[in-house]
Amino acid sequence: MTQKKFLYVNRKAPYGTVYALESLEVVLIGAAFEQDVRLLFMDDGVFQLAKGQDTAGIDNKNFSPTYSALGDYEVTKIYVDKQSLEERGMSLDDLQHLVWEDEDDDWAERDSIVLVDRSEIKEIMEENDVVLSF
Amino acid sequence: MGINVGGTELETDEEGYLLNLNDWTRDAAEELAKSESIEMTESHWEVIDFLREYYDEYQIAPAVRVLTKAIGKKLGKEKGNSKYLYELFPYGPAKQACKVAGLPKPTGCI
Repeated sequence: MTQKKFLYVNRKAPYGTVYALESLEVVLIGAAFEQDVRLLFMDDGVFQLAKGQDTAGIDNKNFSPTYSALGDYEVTKIYVDKQSLEERGMSLDDLQHLVWEDEDDDWAERDSIVLVDRSEIKEIMEENDVVLSF
Repeated sequence: MGINVGGTELETDEEGYLLNLNDWTRDAAEELAKSESIEMTESHWEVIDFLREYYDEYQIAPAVRVLTKAIGKKLGKEKGNSKYLYELFPYGPAKQACKVAGLPKPTGCI
């Protein structure tokens, strides 16, 4: 049996609704059971990866450090929609630096985040077997 | 529910996990280990300290596969396998070690 490819699409701001945290938990569980998982962040979802989040004022757990664990779970492809970033006055520098370590290359660090445009997103959605939107 | 550590009652859930991460001390770990019939050794502490650091950095308890790999990387290949971890924590390294480390029960993990 060939392994299905899963794409998790994250489109909502990290706090205010439970979508971002729920998506992250499902991704971690799926990846823990060796599902072939990749993530796409677009629309307000790009805020989920923003650097320097501080939730002290809103009585929420700041779960943004958990995104850095994705590399350990062998989630190595994290797509971010370039246009969504630009529309929000953001760039790659405003996002956390997410990496994974290549076991076959003496644990060399590789970037996980890939900036993509809308036509690439279309292709990415087509090449995955299951697309789950949060 | 709770456990008694040096005269102080610490709150736990119905499965014996500490409710407050900040209640954890090394004495509390000894008590929690006792409740799991584990005698703490240097090797146990290595794993517990590793889990505490991991949680501190990433805000989650790692899944057992991730734990195994990370332990192997940090403490040496001979320790990075499930046999070694199961010898230390026979009823599931993630589950038992997380309890002793005072971390929440990992979601969907052994």
